[in-house]
Amino acid sequence: MIAAPAADKGRARWSFVDNERRLWPTMLAPAIIYIALLVGVPFVLSLFYSVSNATVGSRGIQFVGLENFRRIVESGTFWLSLKNTVMITVVSQFLVIVCANILALALTGEFRGKWLVRFLILLPWVAPISLGSIGWLWIFDSIYSVINWTARAVGLIGPHEWPIWLGEPTLAKTSIIIVNVWRIVPLATVIILAGLSSIPQDIHDAAQVDGAGFWRRYFEITGPLIMPITLVALLFGIIFTFTDMIVVFVLTRGGPYDTTQVIASWAYFTGIQGGDLAGGAAISLFLFPVLAIVAVVFLLFAKRAEVT
Amino acid sequence: MSPAAARARRLAGQAGYGAIRLFFVIILAFPFYWMLITAFKTNKDLYNTANNPYLFNSPPTLEHIIVLFRDTLFVQWLANTAFVGLLVVAITLVLAVPAGYALARMTGPWAQTLGVAIFLTYLVPPTILFIPFSRIIALLGVQDTLWSLVLVYPSFTVPFCTWLLMGFFKTIPRDLEDAAMIDGLSRLGAFLKVVMPISLAGILTAVIFTFTLVTQEFVYGVTFITSSSSYTVSVGVPTFLVRGDVYFWGSMMAACLIASVPIALIYNLFVDRFVAGFTVGAVK
Repeated sequence: MIAAPAADKGRARWSFVDNERRLWPTMLAPAIIYIALLVGVPFVLSLFYSVSNATVGSRGIQFVGLENFRRIVESGTFWLSLKNTVMITVVSQFLVIVCANILALALTGEFRGKWLVRFLILLPWVAPISLGSIGWLWIFDSIYSVINWTARAVGLIGPHEWPIWLGEPTLAKTSIIIVNVWRIVPLATVIILAGLSSIPQDIHDAAQVDGAGFWRRYFEITGPLIMPITLVALLFGIIFTFTDMIVVFVLTRGGPYDTTQVIASWAYFTGIQGGDLAGGAAISLFLFPVLAIVAVVFLLFAKRAEVT
Repeated sequence: MSPAAARARRLAGQAGYGAIRLFFVIILAFPFYWMLITAFKTNKDLYNTANNPYLFNSPPTLEHIIVLFRDTLFVQWLANTAFVGLLVVAITLVLAVPAGYALARMTGPWAQTLGVAIFLTYLVPPTILFIPFSRIIALLGVQDTLWSLVLVYPSFTVPFCTWLLMGFFKTIPRDLEDAAMIDGLSRLGAFLKVVMPISLAGILTAVIFTFTLVTQEFVYGVTFITSSSSYTVSVGVPTFLVRGDVYFWGSMMAACLIASVPIALIYNLFVDRFVAGFTVGAVK
């Protein structure tokens, strides 16, 4: 290459900002590097810990192969946590999708007090979940539970019955499911609502003119049209519920006797409170497959959205 | 169907929708109503199982709120949350605004995929990363300080806001910049002088959501911070006010309410944009 004239040199230094092939990477790089360092490095480190004997106090770390995973799989608490995590996610997300579809339908169109209704409905999602769970902790209180008081007042439970919501395994798991449903319904509702309002009114009008009743319109037109967006709501719900430890942490701390432990909370109690970093890291890696599946589905979605 | 019957049917349908809305509002907002009523009840009233818990059986009191502000670190936790929030907002904007703009204007087959990939890192949950992070934080010497949170929180606010801002910048017509560039501005100059001033709404949205995400975060906070004076509000209330056998229910409920409602009010103004970010192109 021949040396550029001196006058062009000054321009050349600045012209890179006009060269989009260099400008875009320059603008993207800081964000991508930050994310790679703060998500990528801990993730790799967590893979590394899971095959080591790292503890909170340890200095030297040794490779122990799959020892941690063997230990975890042999532990009864692991299978219980896995079962609880899957059960809580499946049951709560089923209820979320049913409730959110009903509620979203009821929120379409204009009605008085829409702003206030939307504010109140969104509260559980917007408020920090640790604080919302504290509210529920009080509602489920062993002595002063308002649920029990109300149930007794209306005669649902007898004078000598007093369910201890968080003290008995089945009721405790039910409580955790209730709080998860309560928390995710608002998110799923607003997502499905966005899908509903994107359906052109002509379609509804045409169906009505053709004499299709409510249920037929719902199951043959509205339902299929909002299917993709319902799936998006479901994917978010699955991620947020499957990987959550806050609800369990606040309500039961995994008790009674680890019967309500989920993968994430058990990883916390093992890795952080118990100081067994290697064990905790290995446990939390069991959250990864679900995350990976959801990620792949999202990428497929993005591809599809690009094509259409 | 006669017109009268059709009208009756429509009215019945509306009443049905109204009933559904009422039902869900009651269920979803109930815990917050319960926080409100608990926060103003006297202990004598709260801890008497013979009382109707829905009513004030003795006159309302401000005692729990006074205790919360005078005898607990609640104000400190609010200040800590604001401190972390402001710094994380600054870091997030510096990183996410240029990245979001680049993704919005890049052409090529993988620009959209790269955008989605960045968004997906927002979904990597703290519960996968918190254990290695606890060690990294200790190695960096920032354990038990707010700086650990300032460092780590952008790992989910940057992906989220990059995605949000990408969507926002896509709605700004390219013609505006093209015209400015014909007038002699560089691409960067057009971005800074033409696009940025009309993007304040989008940037404000990113600020709000960053702040909300910071306030909601619990897992990293409870992992990295051990001294009660360095807690953020979402960690301090559930861990510190529950310690021991004594539950300060009145003060706790007041704390939950005070920390939740202002965010919810602001959030509500921006929720449509949040949903647009979450629906990943599934709604056109």
